Amino acid sequence: MPHKTFFWFILPTGLAMILFIGLPIVSSFFQSLHIETEQILMEVENCDPFGCKTNVRVDVEATEKLRQENPLGRFNGFGTYTDRNHLAFDEIGEAWNTSSSMSEFKDIVLNLPFYKALLFTLTFCFAVTPPVIILGFIVALSVNTLSKIIKGFIVFGTILPMIVTPLIGSLVLFWMIDSQGIIGASIQILFDDPNLSLKASSNLTWITLIIYGIWHNTPFAFVVFYAALQTVPQDPIEAAYIDGASRYQRVRYIVIPHLYPVATFIMLICLMDNFRVFEPIIGFSAEGVAQSLSWMIYQDLRNENKMLFGSAGATSMLTIIGIAFLLTPVLIRTWKEFRTER
Amino acid sequence: MLALLISFASTSVFAGSHSPCGVTNGSINILANEFTTYRIFMDEVKSCAGPDADFNVTHSVDHNKLQVAALSANPAEFSAKLVTNGSITPLMNDGLIRPLDDLVEKYGSNLNENQKITIDGKIYAVAFMANAQHLWYRESILNDLGIAVPSTYEEVIAAAEKIKAAGVMDNPYAGAFKSGWNLGQEFVNMYLGHGGEFFKSGSAQPNVNNEKGVAALNVIKKLTELSNPDFLTQDTNAVKEEWESGNVALMHVWNSGAASLLDDEGDQDIKADTRLAPSPTVGGGSKPATTLWWDGIAIATNTSDENAEASFRALVGAASSTDLANNNPNATVWLIKGYTPGDTAGPVVDAASRGTTPYPSFPHMSLMHGALSTELVEFLQGNESAEKALADVEAAYIAKATEQGFL
Repeated sequence: MPHKTFFWFILPTGLAMILFIGLPIVSSFFQSLHIETEQILMEVENCDPFGCKTNVRVDVEATEKLRQENPLGRFNGFGTYTDRNHLAFDEIGEAWNTSSSMSEFKDIVLNLPFYKALLFTLTFCFAVTPPVIILGFIVALSVNTLSKIIKGFIVFGTILPMIVTPLIGSLVLFWMIDSQGIIGASIQILFDDPNLSLKASSNLTWITLIIYGIWHNTPFAFVVFYAALQTVPQDPIEAAYIDGASRYQRVRYIVIPHLYPVATFIMLICLMDNFRVFEPIIGFSAEGVAQSLSWMIYQDLRNENKMLFGSAGATSMLTIIGIAFLLTPVLIRTWKEFRTER
Repeated sequence: MLALLISFASTSVFAGSHSPCGVTNGSINILANEFTTYRIFMDEVKSCAGPDADFNVTHSVDHNKLQVAALSANPAEFSAKLVTNGSITPLMNDGLIRPLDDLVEKYGSNLNENQKITIDGKIYAVAFMANAQHLWYRESILNDLGIAVPSTYEEVIAAAEKIKAAGVMDNPYAGAFKSGWNLGQEFVNMYLGHGGEFFKSGSAQPNVNNEKGVAALNVIKKLTELSNPDFLTQDTNAVKEEWESGNVALMHVWNSGAASLLDDEGDQDIKADTRLAPSPTVGGGSKPATTLWWDGIAIATNTSDENAEASFRALVGAASSTDLANNNPNATVWLIKGYTPGDTAGPVVDAASRGTTPYPSFPHMSLMHGALSTELVEFLQGNESAEKALADVEAAYIAKATEQGFL
């Protein structure tokens, strides 16, 4: 395609991307460099049904005046990025100097909110993505061999986990793994331990969330693999069949190489999706033991009485950087393949 | 103090003779928490507003998280909000609720003087009920094992251990320990019960990492060990379900829970066996380890005067309705004039008379509560020490308070 044609072809998309993706990111970045203006406190007398006493309150007029002068708030540079609730440079430096062993240092760092969330996010990403690709592939192969009459129903049933709203899906599972729910109670009987609870320990909660993630994401891999399977050329397969190749050998040496680029694409999308894991944490009430970067943003914007825009903006920027890091190897690989094909 | 709570104020001014009910102008749109007593109150508000009124109410357990954003908009998403001494401060901080003196003068002739919440001499809210968390117990279970009603947390723990050892229940105690606001509130109760102060006096500097904080955390830890292992996922409503399923013999929840726990639904044997007791003291302290709350009505700043007046009329009509209070005497402790307290008011009146601390209303308290909500979990799971958990709370608070401009 000539460059000029390409330019006009991409222009509408490009403009929409700048407007709806680029500008909001720039705006979040600016907000993340600022913190609220100083709150001016004053002493007042408060009376309620339990009596009168002196208390402090925010001097709304004086604070509002400061806010009018600086609508964005006070400029804080990268202060929010390096504070304890984000990259925590000071705390890590101190931990490095005071801790006597590597494991003590690790414990201190992983106790900081950002790194705790990062650890869960990455664990979730890397524990969910490979099984999703393998399972999705196996399911696609199996469904592909079914007779036409039942195929439609099976395909529908298989993609159901993806159709269900993530929050609803996780809530349903949350009640099923309750100690009085069908899965929770069965597990208790199976392990003969009446106090076994999937919600109580952090390890079991992590495992539950990961299994949920696999359950929810597999249909996506299945759909893409299933579509790609329809494009596998039949000639080499027939030739291999005549040459006496087993079903395993045909899949291993013909189908898998053909689907390789598709698998890369699924991995890319899955990694991106799983890096922003959020709904299951809310659905499983797992905030206590499993926090993700997206959950931190939600916490800043929703769980405080006052929205912490700067903090949320900083976490968003760090999430974008995280996704960029995560995808770089895959993108480089795709680029190389693209070059060699040309 | 008892007299203060349920007094018949004699000082009410009969300046305003306007009847509040029967609203025809303006629209009423209220945001409120979700529990049975509020539903009863809202039914009265609706009937006071009358059939011609444009009336809407949104009940949500997430009201605290919604309120600042919803009332900051101009015009505000809601014309009125049911507030408590906890949730009023974020609204006051940003000037999102308006002074009500003129409206009170016009329509509030039937209010008790102590219903008027004044801040710096102006009325910002009108309270209609008082609430507190206190002890609930199953009488037959305590009697069978010869356990006296506990009056301290040390006795609560001993009683729960005895019930567990006797094989009656696996997890005899319950409290709302769900990570988040509920867990933070349990610490607030226990820390105040130990006589703690959340901030260094006269400043917004945190002050929880001390002996009292550690002692409070250790009591909470002991209680959670006697609770359902899923305690970190159980909020007040989940705890009430546990109670109604007969899995629990002792619990510490809200007085207003009586409205749903003692109604005609559910297992009537358990209901007949349910008793209310004052909130226990802890660590040799004299004040019960709980906090006093009032619930009241507040009107948005960013709404038209017409809507504000309409909303205030309907709400204050209910907040001064003696019939509402006396038809539902056990729904809560009403602050309404002419109310005769029911059987369940005792623990709240007791808490007030023993000098229980009202929930702190510092402008920066919600940030402290938020830090407590997230940083105590690892201690309760046995993954870190109490001192470390409290140091984390202070560090998390400082980072947030700095960003909010308090430090």
